[in-house]
Amino acid sequence: MTTLPSTKEKSEELTSSDHQHSDHRLFGLITFLVADGMTFAGFFAAYLTYKSVNPLLPDAIYELELPLPTLNTILLLVSSATFHKAGKSLEAANSKQCQRWLLITAGLGIAFLISQMVEYFTLPFGLTDNLYASTFYALTGFHGLHVTLGSIMILIVWWQARSPGGRITNVNNFPLEAAEIYWHFVDGIWVILFIILYLL
Amino acid sequence: MLQKTAIYTISISLLIIVGGVWAVDNLNLLPVVASSNAPIYDELFKVLFVIGIILFVGITGLVIYSLIRFRKKPGQFGDGIAIEDNLPLEIFWTAVPAIVVLFVGLYSYDIYERMGGMQSLSTSSHDHHSINSEEKVWGGIGLTSQKLIGESSLPKINVDVTALQFAFLFNYPEGEIVSGELHVPRGHPVTLKMESKDVIHAFWVPEFRLKQDVIPGQPTVINFTPTKNGRYPIICAELCGPYHGGMRSTVVVEEPEEYQEWFKQNSKQPGMEL
Amino acid sequence: MSISLPPANENTSNSLQPTGWLRFISFSLDHKVIGLQYLVCGFLFYLIGGVLAGAIRIELLSPISDFLARDVYNQVLTLHGTIMIFLWIVPVVNGAFGNYLIPFYVGARDMAFPRLNAVAFWMIPPAGLMLITSYFINGAAQSGWTAYPPLSITTPAAGQIVWIVSVLLLGGSSIFGGINFIATILKLRRPGLKLMQLPMYCWAMLGTSILVVLSTPVLAGTLILLSFDIVAHTGFFNPALGGNVIVYQHLFWFYSHPAVYIMVLPAFGLVSEILPVHCRKPLFGYTTMVYSIMGIVVLGLVVWAHHMFTSGTPPWMRLFFTIATSFIAVPTGIKFFNWVATLWGGRISLNSAILFSCGFIVNFVLGGITGVALAQVPFDIHVHDTYFVVAHFHYIVYGGSVFVIFSSIYHWYPKFTGKMLDEKLGIIHFALTFIGFNLCFAPQHWLGLNGMPRRVAEYDPQFTLVNQISSVGALLMAISTLPFLWNILYSFIKGEKAGNNPWQALTPEWLTTSPPPVENWPGEAPLVTKPYGYGANHSNENNPPITQA
Repeated sequence: MTTLPSTKEKSEELTSSDHQHSDHRLFGLITFLVADGMTFAGFFAAYLTYKSVNPLLPDAIYELELPLPTLNTILLLVSSATFHKAGKSLEAANSKQCQRWLLITAGLGIAFLISQMVEYFTLPFGLTDNLYASTFYALTGFHGLHVTLGSIMILIVWWQARSPGGRITNVNNFPLEAAEIYWHFVDGIWVILFIILYLL
Repeated sequence: MLQKTAIYTISISLLIIVGGVWAVDNLNLLPVVASSNAPIYDELFKVLFVIGIILFVGITGLVIYSLIRFRKKPGQFGDGIAIEDNLPLEIFWTAVPAIVVLFVGLYSYDIYERMGGMQSLSTSSHDHHSINSEEKVWGGIGLTSQKLIGESSLPKINVDVTALQFAFLFNYPEGEIVSGELHVPRGHPVTLKMESKDVIHAFWVPEFRLKQDVIPGQPTVINFTPTKNGRYPIICAELCGPYHGGMRSTVVVEEPEEYQEWFKQNSKQPGMEL
Repeated sequence: MSISLPPANENTSNSLQPTGWLRFISFSLDHKVIGLQYLVCGFLFYLIGGVLAGAIRIELLSPISDFLARDVYNQVLTLHGTIMIFLWIVPVVNGAFGNYLIPFYVGARDMAFPRLNAVAFWMIPPAGLMLITSYFINGAAQSGWTAYPPLSITTPAAGQIVWIVSVLLLGGSSIFGGINFIATILKLRRPGLKLMQLPMYCWAMLGTSILVVLSTPVLAGTLILLSFDIVAHTGFFNPALGGNVIVYQHLFWFYSHPAVYIMVLPAFGLVSEILPVHCRKPLFGYTTMVYSIMGIVVLGLVVWAHHMFTSGTPPWMRLFFTIATSFIAVPTGIKFFNWVATLWGGRISLNSAILFSCGFIVNFVLGGITGVALAQVPFDIHVHDTYFVVAHFHYIVYGGSVFVIFSSIYHWYPKFTGKMLDEKLGIIHFALTFIGFNLCFAPQHWLGLNGMPRRVAEYDPQFTLVNQISSVGALLMAISTLPFLWNILYSFIKGEKAGNNPWQALTPEWLTTSPPPVENWPGEAPLVTKPYGYGANHSNENNPPITQA
């Protein structure tokens, strides 16, 4: 039943323009991202509290290597820019260019995930070694989950933009817009995570 | 008419206040007072109780009065009066609770200060044998200000408390005593350093009006000065497992001489004095 | 935006959805169906939670642990708390009445995201059934609804994990609902309807939904970490592995204190709808009511650590949270004075709806007073985790929210079904509930002050008599459910026909048929700019008297 369009949506389409329709969907998405952001805020707060009240013994302290995470940061920041380009191209009704930028963005996202995996396998500690190790994996893992979902979303958007007469055009660009906002959000979280986890 | 209303209002309010004061003095609302901070607690309780009674009876009275006076009688039709707001009145009942709450807050802060709650614990427990200054102690309640105890400068009793499912163990380091009951001499300040072996417990003596969680991995401290001889229950107040309700012990407050006697009998190091 | 819609064609609107009673067990997208689904589902869980409460009260008839095995007792109290909070009060005051009423109040045909709305509802029954089934299979969680580690890590893992998963589902449902309400209230308002003309329940739901969106995800994150501790043996909250149990408490209460407002703010909103109708008077002080809701929302987010005064929090933190908590009394007080002023000078119909609302005012004032007392650190240190606290929060959530739920059922039942409820049975229901409730919980204040901790199966024999009185009160509360259930079922079949607007109310849900059609109004959505325009010297130009259909 869920695959059938409901009459309600049909009738709304009759009377309200698509722009108005997508308007509150974007609003809903942003509200959801606020909620999602609060989950991260909870994790960050826990991590910072651990840091200030549960200092580790000196021999358990390790230094995180910076090169790989810095590369990750650059990957994500660049991918935000390329996604923005994709959106602009779609606005200019240049579907081909839009698809190209989408592919590049998804590629950058997947590169990030691979690089993250490499970091995981080269780290000297495991999930249950100590409190910091656990928090490190929980935070980066939860963020990695978001990147994974985002990359899948980008590929779906790309697929939809690819098919001729597909669902994503410069008139109906909601999926792309939603994925873009989500992607910027994930990148923003990474920047905060990078500062708190690696730099502080 | 207005005069009459004012007289009624004032006399009813006075009646409520008097009733409240009477109730708190004559009803058996709190257990025995057995520590130096229990009387301070009871003072706060009395104030909160009277304020609470005034508010509760006042609002309940207004609700019941309105329901009776403004009820729709048979044969009546139409609406009530159309008052939508009244700014002075609304400012009044924003300001009054704000002032009451501010008063209660400042007053309870004062009470808390007198109980020793605002003392920095690292200093209050500095002379404790087993707490070196580097060890982190988590919260608790400080000693009641010395002037309230009366007989000041009596030696302090230090006890290490271990909580585990489902018992309290009291360890007197000076005498190497491990006991299932807490014995303390009347009038002496007592410092308990508490740690849990497993889950969170809480140390509560209702007659002392004191409670402190006993937390695994984080020692906590509680200070008190017993003032009345007797046997009082020590109750675990934090859900700690199936036998939580049975996790009880006893604190025995006795004359210093009796305490000495008990201490000597149980101590493995004879000759230790207070 | 869809107000210029021609009257919905009955045939097409129903062609894809089941009709009749089947709608209520289907994945319906109609906000009214979803609202009633929430209500009925919540009430069934309330009955289960009530049976569990009965088991607790039977156990406490005697001072020894004799009725239930000790670990079963802890499972029962955990389930009782979890079911009553997450499956009864939160879904009903938010989901049930919110879904039913909010689209009417903003002049919309449905919620902003009907499909998300249905998904949010259908997350609840499986989560609840899972929770209850866990009791029969491996034993349910037994660490209380607070699930404090390390207890929750050391008790049997299976029940605790089921508990976590089902609370995560319920939290997710709540977040989806919250997003939907915010979008509906802010984005779906009928053209011409200003924010400050909305009925008060919209404001209450807006405030509540902000709290849901900001605080529930923190609980979700915390429970995920807790489940790692249980399943993967990480040490976030396990002191044996270097973790910190206090961090869990902070994160948990960052949600669970606002959860109290998630349970009572909508109740405040519902009372604000019910009182003016039956008092035939405008809601007193609309503007201050709105500001006080927002004040409660803001303050409600920064008071959580008052649940942790004995947990070893530093003195400055105790001081801050004492002051912040005390000040919540100010906006809350405004609302109570405004309600009393709404009663004053009205022409009050003494019916079940108004009695339950006034019962709510009286109970909640007492709960609020003990709440301010509990906010004071020195006071709290003695009574924290005792029956005083049990009494306090039952006065808030039962005396407050549940009384309002009953009041609302008496008020809106004619709209839901088109039938009137029997008033005599309603008043018997009220009298039994009010007396039973106060008999059950008022003595518990004394128990807490005198030394009875909460969550115990055995206690000092000196408390036997008072506990037995309390259990008698609980029995009365259980009995009070019978006339209510009979009333609901009998009136549904044989009740007096209600007509469209039996209360002559002015809010938009009454300006349509009872029960309303699928898209709420046969014609255009009415523009109601004065939802509380009652009163003798009001010319009701905006709201011409309603002709009964």
